[in-house]
Amino acid sequence: MAVWLGFGVLAGATVAGALGTVTSRNVVHAALFLLVTLIAVAGLFLMLFAEFLALVQVLLYGGAIVLVLLFALMLTRIRGTAASLDNPQRPLAIVAALATVGLLLGVVLSTQWPVQQPGGGPVGFPQWGASLFRQWAIPFELASVVLLVALIGAVVISRPGGEE
Amino acid sequence: MIPVSAYLAVSALLFSIGMYGVLARRNAVLILMSIELMLNAVNINLVAFSRYLAPGEFTGLVFAVFVITVAAAEVGLALAIIIRLYRNRATVNVDEIDLLKW
Repeated sequence: MAVWLGFGVLAGATVAGALGTVTSRNVVHAALFLLVTLIAVAGLFLMLFAEFLALVQVLLYGGAIVLVLLFALMLTRIRGTAASLDNPQRPLAIVAALATVGLLLGVVLSTQWPVQQPGGGPVGFPQWGASLFRQWAIPFELASVVLLVALIGAVVISRPGGEE
Repeated sequence: MIPVSAYLAVSALLFSIGMYGVLARRNAVLILMSIELMLNAVNINLVAFSRYLAPGEFTGLVFAVFVITVAAAEVGLALAIIIRLYRNRATVNVDEIDLLKW
């Protein structure tokens, strides 16, 4: 029962933070709601015994990405009214989101999943590291190249001046 | 114990909320935040399946790490583009950014 209580709190925080992110009328509040969701998802990772991913989630998402988003909000200050944060197509978006959630929940809840119990113990860091650097070495290096290219691209795009 | 479908249900809710945000929001930075919500939903799915269906392997966890990496790269690039747009057009409102629309 304690497990269900923890899961309920984390799932509730995840969904509530997400709802706050997409409905908040203040952009900075939206970023802080996003932080709530990201931390709660890190808690869900912990419940799934993925400690390393929970750490990465808090450090990278909770730290770096939210910080960068807040900086972008600061640099692109909007002087409009608060009511202009939503599109005119908002009713259609509600319909599309409800249709998606209905479809996904229907499929998830009606499927007979082959396994109902989580297997294995906590994932050890040594086994994880060995798998990442042996079996997944080439994708791992490619990911670093992707990050490097994105970094250089971001610097080039946002550089002041350029061709006019 | 918690069945795998509970995690999948949370993930489905999170994904749909993110999709609503992408479709309904007008500010480009808020759209980016909604995309982050959708990517997180995908990560929950990957980790849950890795835990329940293949506990001895790391495939789902490794994929989640790659998703986080790509998300970081995407945020960096997208924010550079948004700041560039803001400098050129003085807006981040996606309704007004219609240079490629005919």
